[in-house]
Amino acid sequence: MQIPIETFTLPNGLFVTLSEDHTAPIVAVNLWYHVGSANERSGRTGFAHLFEHMLFQGSASVGANEHFELVQRAGGTLNGSTWLDRTNYFETVPSNQLELALWLEANRMGYLLPAMTQQKLDTQRDVVQNERRWSMDNQPYGTWWERLPALAFPSSHPFHHSLIGSMADLDAASLDDISQFFATYYTPDNAVLSIAGDFERDVAHQLIERHFASIPRGAGKPALPDMTLPPTLGRSLREVVPDDVVLSRLFLACRSPAFGSDEYYAASVCGAILGLRKGSRLHRVLVRDRQIAADAQAFTYDLTKGSDLLVLDVTARPQTTTDQLESAVHDMLDDVHQHGVTADEVSRAIALIETDLVISLQSAGDRADKLSLFATYFGDPSLVNVQADKYRAVTAERVNAFARARLGRDNRASLLYVPKEGSESMHETELAEAGAR
Amino acid sequence: MSSDHTSINAPLPRPAPTAPRDYSFPRFERHALANGLQLVVAQVTKLPLVTISAVVDAGAARERSGEAGVAALAAQLLLEGAAGLDGAALVDRFERIGTSVDAHAEWDTATVTLTALSQRLPEALTLVRDLLRAPVFPEREVSRLRNERLAEILQQRAEPGALADEQFARAVYVPTARYATPAGGTAASVRALTRDVVRAFYQEHYQPASTTIVFAGDISMSDATSLAERLFGDWRGGESPGAAEGIDSSPATSLVRVVAKADAPQSEVRIGHVGLPRRHPDYFDVTVMNAVLGGLFSSRINLNLREAHGYTYGAFSAFEWRRAAGPFMIHTAVKSDVTGAAVREILNEIEGMRTTEIGETELTLATSYLDGVFPIRYETTNAIAAALANLVIHDLPEDYYDRYRGRVRGVTTAGVLQAAQRHLHPEQLRIVVVGDPTVISEPLRDATRGQVEVVNADGAEVAA
Repeated sequence: MQIPIETFTLPNGLFVTLSEDHTAPIVAVNLWYHVGSANERSGRTGFAHLFEHMLFQGSASVGANEHFELVQRAGGTLNGSTWLDRTNYFETVPSNQLELALWLEANRMGYLLPAMTQQKLDTQRDVVQNERRWSMDNQPYGTWWERLPALAFPSSHPFHHSLIGSMADLDAASLDDISQFFATYYTPDNAVLSIAGDFERDVAHQLIERHFASIPRGAGKPALPDMTLPPTLGRSLREVVPDDVVLSRLFLACRSPAFGSDEYYAASVCGAILGLRKGSRLHRVLVRDRQIAADAQAFTYDLTKGSDLLVLDVTARPQTTTDQLESAVHDMLDDVHQHGVTADEVSRAIALIETDLVISLQSAGDRADKLSLFATYFGDPSLVNVQADKYRAVTAERVNAFARARLGRDNRASLLYVPKEGSESMHETELAEAGAR
Repeated sequence: MSSDHTSINAPLPRPAPTAPRDYSFPRFERHALANGLQLVVAQVTKLPLVTISAVVDAGAARERSGEAGVAALAAQLLLEGAAGLDGAALVDRFERIGTSVDAHAEWDTATVTLTALSQRLPEALTLVRDLLRAPVFPEREVSRLRNERLAEILQQRAEPGALADEQFARAVYVPTARYATPAGGTAASVRALTRDVVRAFYQEHYQPASTTIVFAGDISMSDATSLAERLFGDWRGGESPGAAEGIDSSPATSLVRVVAKADAPQSEVRIGHVGLPRRHPDYFDVTVMNAVLGGLFSSRINLNLREAHGYTYGAFSAFEWRRAAGPFMIHTAVKSDVTGAAVREILNEIEGMRTTEIGETELTLATSYLDGVFPIRYETTNAIAAALANLVIHDLPEDYYDRYRGRVRGVTTAGVLQAAQRHLHPEQLRIVVVGDPTVISEPLRDATRGQVEVVNADGAEVAA
């Protein structure tokens, strides 16, 4: 599968990628800013994400609440998201509304600050604190999002701290912080704009020029500290979290090669062999055969700097002890570390990944997002067209080299959730029934 | 840019749209095999992918009383052994050709579905034939999946949002109604499910005449038909069972119930009542009315609770469309100390929809969104297959998707008001909140001017 790709850069540094597809009258506009929680200064955890919320609060020509309303009235969908090392904003609209989407993005890239008020900041702070309660504090296991990176990255590392932020740091965020962050990071030379779908190339060029060319380049952003990390943790780490849960659950992270490196693809295939779908090792052995897990999966974070993480996520059955759970997972990792995987397992994993890659190119929004991803991280959106080849080139030998280097006991960080004492959700008789073989 | 006295940095005015391009929902054709099995095929050639969905009239609404959960268990067990392959071997066969099969039951139907590269489709559909026509239901896997469901029920009880959903259904329907308990069954009903019960359910409901196979993607009608004839043409079955029973009527009174979760930092709030069956003639008026009330991000409820008050990360309303009347439900999670205030705002918004006709601007926000977003909904083979399955499940007209956008645009402000007056029932609202009773009971009493019951996660009443 190859999709057509064109790129150019405006004089102000905005990197643009275009991919035409006229099968439906739909176009996706997708903007990545190369800033995430890793760029936050100390005492301001959660700010990159709070800032993302503020970008929906209007700009010089757009009223409060109007951003969503204009896109929805146009028949479009939209959202934004914040990650450790990037923030994205995206709309999919009927193709005759392309200019509206570009205008909205340009208006907030160029003219956000006149619309910022203390009241809007206070309201979005409340919204984000409620997002934190909803997604983490009032959610079983919800805190794994901040505990696992905190465990796997040293405290000085930009990936260590919480993406959603602490309540205290969110409270401290001010309008001055907004102005500073905006001036530093929300500049055309720190952004990638992708358009995918039903548009005419020449028209798109004109529109991009018209709306973005006059936005001034930024003054440069502070360099991140050195993010290089040794390939392994050097020891095993373990944290036990008593939580309001009924089933124990283990998140086990291994440092793994950064996303985009050649070794990454071997690591990704190894992750799929361990925990992608029901035919994977974890599911087959722990859920199906031994019946000690209710659910099991593995995935990578896909981080491009310093170190990626390969994460195993296994939820116990009611009667499985934490010892059983932990030792079963460690044994399975030991086995892959020492004895490797088979060519058969590699081909199953690659077959699934290949289909998923094609499926991920179906919608204009997903295409545009992938173009932005490869453009932001590697300056080369056409990498989207070689992903399948990179996976197909992975052999059992390469997976095993990865497993020998990275899956040893000296590279495992375990975050174990256990039911806290007196948890009201515990019902002994039902636990016994559900645990029965 | 011009360099006159207006700053070169002045923002540009908002642009107008250009002329829209035409769009049609993908063309599809139907074919029936001699044994009654139906085919629906939409050829979409953008990418070398095909989604197939075998939709069987074997949903939870078909279950006998006392057997809640058998539909879900039977559907999942299709994948656990068939035609000489055990579950592990079946999974392996699918995954080796790069696809994962999913089998699950919902209220109205059971569905076996997968998306594969088109060159792999014949192999994939052959495996689907095996598991649909010759499942084994091994005793060991019946027991394993039953235990997995029991573990899931325990898990959901610890999850405030899932607990609120379950307790809301229980509060909205009378206890004898199937919709009062989860589609997947309760701990008690699931414990009682045996292999014999599962097999009997399968034999009664998995019939060629009760099955439709939807194909969406890179496949022609003739290829799909000949493949289906070869794999399913000799599937012999009994009579297709008649229509499922309707649901029992709902209580016509209001209720406020707190499900106690000590020290909860947030309250999971559910407010609503029994809604409407999918084929109700007011469907479009109700859909637009709901979009204005709480269906869109820019809806009244979300703008009020989130953007004006900062009470929540999000607040939405929905009619859940089933063959029989599913629930109408408003859902949100709010900071504990604003629970009473948030509920009061929601009740006011419901009342407002019923008393005052909405403005033209509000109407067109909803209608132009639903009209404009229509093509965006059907970008993937999976979404197209689901839309076609929906036609089958609800027996909608063949031109339903071609007429959809015109129907939406035809809704008026008067139609929305009438829909709100007919189908929102303030006097029947059931309010269920999972949260800390010591913080929220009193404010809820004030907000609703009614009795507040406090129950535990089992639904048993506890001292307030």
